Amino acid sequence: MHSPVAPDQIVPSAAHVPGRPPGRAGGQRGRRRGGGHRAAVPRSLAGDAWRDLRRSPVFLVSAAIILVLVAMAAVPGLFTSADPRACDLANSRLPPSGSAWFGYDLQGCDMYARTVHGARASILVGVLTTLGIALVGSVVGMFAGYHGGRVDALLSRLTDMFFAVPMLLGAIIVLATFPSTVGTPAWQTIGKVVMALGVLGWTTVARLMRSTVIQVKQADYVQAARGLGAGTSRILLRHILPNAVAPVVVYSTIILGVFVVLEATLSFLGIGLQAPVISWGIAISEARAYLRQSPHMLLFPGAFLSVTVLAFIMLGDAVRDAFDPRLR
Amino acid sequence: MGRYVVQRLGQMVPVVIGTTFLIYALVWSLPGDPFAAKCGDRPCPQNYIDRMTAEYNLDDPLPLAYLQYMGNLLTGDFGQTFSGASIADELLQRYPTTLQLTVLAILVEVVIGVAAGVLAGTRRGGFLDNLVLVSTLVVVSIPVFVLGLLAQITFGVRLGWFPVTSDGTLFSLVLPAIVLGSLSLAFVARLVRANLVENLRTDYVRTAIAKGLTRQRVIGVHTLRNSLIPVVTFVGADFGGLLGGAVVVEGIFNIPGVGNMIFRGINAHEGATVTAAVTVLVLVFLIVNLLVDLLYAVIDPRIRHA
Repeated sequence: MHSPVAPDQIVPSAAHVPGRPPGRAGGQRGRRRGGGHRAAVPRSLAGDAWRDLRRSPVFLVSAAIILVLVAMAAVPGLFTSADPRACDLANSRLPPSGSAWFGYDLQGCDMYARTVHGARASILVGVLTTLGIALVGSVVGMFAGYHGGRVDALLSRLTDMFFAVPMLLGAIIVLATFPSTVGTPAWQTIGKVVMALGVLGWTTVARLMRSTVIQVKQADYVQAARGLGAGTSRILLRHILPNAVAPVVVYSTIILGVFVVLEATLSFLGIGLQAPVISWGIAISEARAYLRQSPHMLLFPGAFLSVTVLAFIMLGDAVRDAFDPRLR
Repeated sequence: MGRYVVQRLGQMVPVVIGTTFLIYALVWSLPGDPFAAKCGDRPCPQNYIDRMTAEYNLDDPLPLAYLQYMGNLLTGDFGQTFSGASIADELLQRYPTTLQLTVLAILVEVVIGVAAGVLAGTRRGGFLDNLVLVSTLVVVSIPVFVLGLLAQITFGVRLGWFPVTSDGTLFSLVLPAIVLGSLSLAFVARLVRANLVENLRTDYVRTAIAKGLTRQRVIGVHTLRNSLIPVVTFVGADFGGLLGGAVVVEGIFNIPGVGNMIFRGINAHEGATVTAAVTVLVLVFLIVNLLVDLLYAVIDPRIRHA
């Protein structure tokens, strides 16, 4: 317990701010630095959360796994020197051995190389989709929450409509309308999957943002900023956004893992990523017909996929705990 | 209660209209050739284009075409598959199977999920609690299609406890239902556990214990009923995910339901069939959500009077 936050404050940063003692509230702009409070440097909610996170074993483990995965996605050459596209049909479906740790797939490609190279598509889709929905959802939610009235009613009903379509089903509709074929360039194939997931994914962020903005906009410092003549964009970006962003950060961390699963599921169904792109989902869908004879074709990409998802879920848990003042 | 129902129905109408419009616009009226993806790998034959143009009124302006499409949906006309069979007939034939599968999956997730949650929540910090927490984390992180394939090879092929693919009996749906419900099961267990732990600290529970009620009655009647409210919400909201999962699970276990129709439609690149079937699933999801909202008012008296 190292943060002076009243226990009845529920939404992480929104309600957190008005409850700050004067020294800290002023410290936001750095004017009353060293005003007799415990710390010379004022701490923000994010700073507090970071202090908590560094001590959390769950965070450290999941962050380490994610760092390895990101390295794998960025520079697969660090982990394997084999070419994932150099395949020899003579090796088709050979089980794991000393020369090929994960065995070979149907086309006789090295499974280890393909599994390592498969991280890129998953991480790329997860990160791009999450960034996209965080941006779109935040903008929609901020406008709805800040302006209220008709704008809010319109945007909220619009959000409801997109929210009502289950994500996997909606993504199937989008991708069935814009299918990729073997000839489609990789960035287009990935872009389509990101779009398909993003079109329906932004609604929860918008709802979260709207409800926190509605709380934050009544805070004294927002009234003060308005009284001093700050424009709408300045109030939104400098005063409201920093104090309303925490729930979105928490949700984004958790949803990233969900997007990784959805990408793999769509690729497994044969409607997501397509052949020139290397993806765990495609590898697993290929393994389906040979489960009995060659289970290694399922196990390795399946395990990598699960560990990735697990890492993001654990990270999301740790981040949520760190940002939740109730637990302090 | 009556006012609440009317109010909810009123909120539902614009969402249904908006959602179906969204889907219709996505499928038929985005820029580009709407027939680029509807007929497999080859371009569509002219008579198919003519038939679909007439069927979906593609020559009319978008709002008018949408209204006619909605009229068709309401009268049960969902269009035809590429080979000319009525989609409505096929859906009607397949729907009961999907319904059985999802109801079984919900049973699995609620019964086992609540039981695991109660076991864990009443023994907080104990061995069972940690076991439930760890095993739910593992289940959550394995995607449904990986779990489905693993279950099929382990319990179907190796051990032979369950049929490998569906043979039309209810028993052959048990393993797929467990796979389908597993993800939600984990969430339900964690939800019940968290709520139970929180509610066991409340004053009314202390009062119930002080009155001398048995432990079973305190937990089973006083605490559990309050802890189940979020579970009902979750199951309703999660039903959409279940329908999406049904596409995967029915594909893997070859169950002749709506999901399988979508799975096959995707592989045959039959865009029109896929979107028609998915639209039906989305409508079902909307109706189920409405029912859950109404059920909510039955469980939670505070809402009834709102």
